[in-house]
Amino acid sequence: MLRDITLGQYYQADSVIHRLDPRVKLVATIGFIISLFVVDSWIGYVAAAIFLAFMIKLSKVPFHYMVKGMKAIVFILMITVVFNLFLTPGEPLVSVWKLTITKQGLRTAVMMAVRLSFLIVGSSLMTLTTTPNSLTDGMEKLMNPLKCVKVPVHEIAMMMSIALRFIPILLEETDKIMKAQIARGADFESGNLIKKAKAMVPLLVPLFISAFRRANDLAMAMEARCYRGGEHRTKMKPLCYHAADRAAYCVLLVYFAGCVAIRIWL
Amino acid sequence: MSLILDHVNYVYGEDTALAVHALKDVNLVIPDGQFIGLIGHTGSGKSTLVQHLNGLMQPTGGAIYYNGEDIHDKDYDKKRLRSKVGLVFQYPEHQLFEIDVFKDVCFGPKNLGLSQKETELRAYAALKQVGLEDEFFYQSPFDLSGGQKRRVAIAGVLAMKPEILILDEPTAGLDPKGRDEILDQIAKLKEETGITVILVSHSMEDVAKYVERIIVMNQGSVLYDDAPAEVFKHYRELEKVGLAAPQVTYIMQALAGKGMPVDTSVTTIAEAKQEILRVLHRTV
Repeated sequence: MLRDITLGQYYQADSVIHRLDPRVKLVATIGFIISLFVVDSWIGYVAAAIFLAFMIKLSKVPFHYMVKGMKAIVFILMITVVFNLFLTPGEPLVSVWKLTITKQGLRTAVMMAVRLSFLIVGSSLMTLTTTPNSLTDGMEKLMNPLKCVKVPVHEIAMMMSIALRFIPILLEETDKIMKAQIARGADFESGNLIKKAKAMVPLLVPLFISAFRRANDLAMAMEARCYRGGEHRTKMKPLCYHAADRAAYCVLLVYFAGCVAIRIWL
Repeated sequence: MSLILDHVNYVYGEDTALAVHALKDVNLVIPDGQFIGLIGHTGSGKSTLVQHLNGLMQPTGGAIYYNGEDIHDKDYDKKRLRSKVGLVFQYPEHQLFEIDVFKDVCFGPKNLGLSQKETELRAYAALKQVGLEDEFFYQSPFDLSGGQKRRVAIAGVLAMKPEILILDEPTAGLDPKGRDEILDQIAKLKEETGITVILVSHSMEDVAKYVERIIVMNQGSVLYDDAPAEVFKHYRELEKVGLAAPQVTYIMQALAGKGMPVDTSVTTIAEAKQEILRVLHRTV
């Protein structure tokens, strides 16, 4: 059912990628996404594909987990492809009625599809190999310089980690309430759009109530432990770079330099 | 009219590194009219098992038959099955959603496609069965106390007139008084209507007083399936799987150990009292 959403879900395994510092993975993911927009030739995409495949292999996360994450964007992907395919002006290739597929359109459509899917797979790789907590830890550390300009970095990181932490909890809750209502004869699948929307009420009302209850409980628990935000807080496990992290930065640098080189010379 | 589980297996997250074998070769026959206690430690697979009984979960191996029909056949009417095998989840009050109690209880029968009149009659009867006073009928379910909310939720399932009623930890999170009230109400309901009741719990103490058959689950398989007195004889083995026999069993075993010729198979405090008095040649 709803459990198929992988974005933001951690896959437990013991791999080089899992052990990397979250900052490295964050920078690498951003670097990878930028590289996808730097390259504009097929060789560039092949290079990106090889890099990505290599990282997936290293991470020991089964490939079908990445594909599961793709399901969420299939719709967006379709729209992008269709619009690019039919609305790009250029040399006509096939023409049916008022719709024309141009050579340039075909090229952009395929490239966009590749770009988007790589983007999603790349970022799911990060969330699959990093626990939400270490991810926000890394983010907080990376954004630390912004504190000088009065950005509430710690608060943002805390909100992020709570939001991420709540995703699996609320999914589980949804699953449970759904089952409870199905056991009372509810039907979430058949009927037209209006009927389906109406069928969501017995699911959404308890879900909202439970979300508010959980938020309330959490706030109370934090208060009870005298939580007061970022000032003067220390960490139990402060982040620090190791040899593997430095090596990873080097690999990333080489890959990125390669992408830029491909863009300039090929 | 019975529910049969034939070599039922269930694996969570099959083909992943996190695969958990939650049910291992479970074989059970649940005949009409029994009062059954399903007991197991946290994570023993009892909640997974009950979700198989009304077709919410499909076994990864084996089959389940209700009245001789495979419930996972393509043309089997699951909605009808779910009205016949009523499942009350853990913390059922979390599923309430309507603006008043009565409407919420109507949800189940309405989904069965019954007429307005029949729906309301059933809802009224169900609310009476769980012992909720009329004054609460038109209040918001969210304004009720924990125990009352739970009654409303149970009534929501009862209103579908199930032949088998499964209650997953109906007493979780209730105080001792609320717990006894709910359990007594269920026992009374069982007596009046003669339906099959399966009470899921991790506490022997809770079920010993009521049930006629106990199924003990451990790590996904059925460990014991017998009358309470028989099951409690294995009290040492029960301790090993994180469960315990009722305190009465321990007292009687200790008395027998000291040489008192008491019958150790009694399960309730009242029976134990009778038994001790009998041995001491006294009557009340």
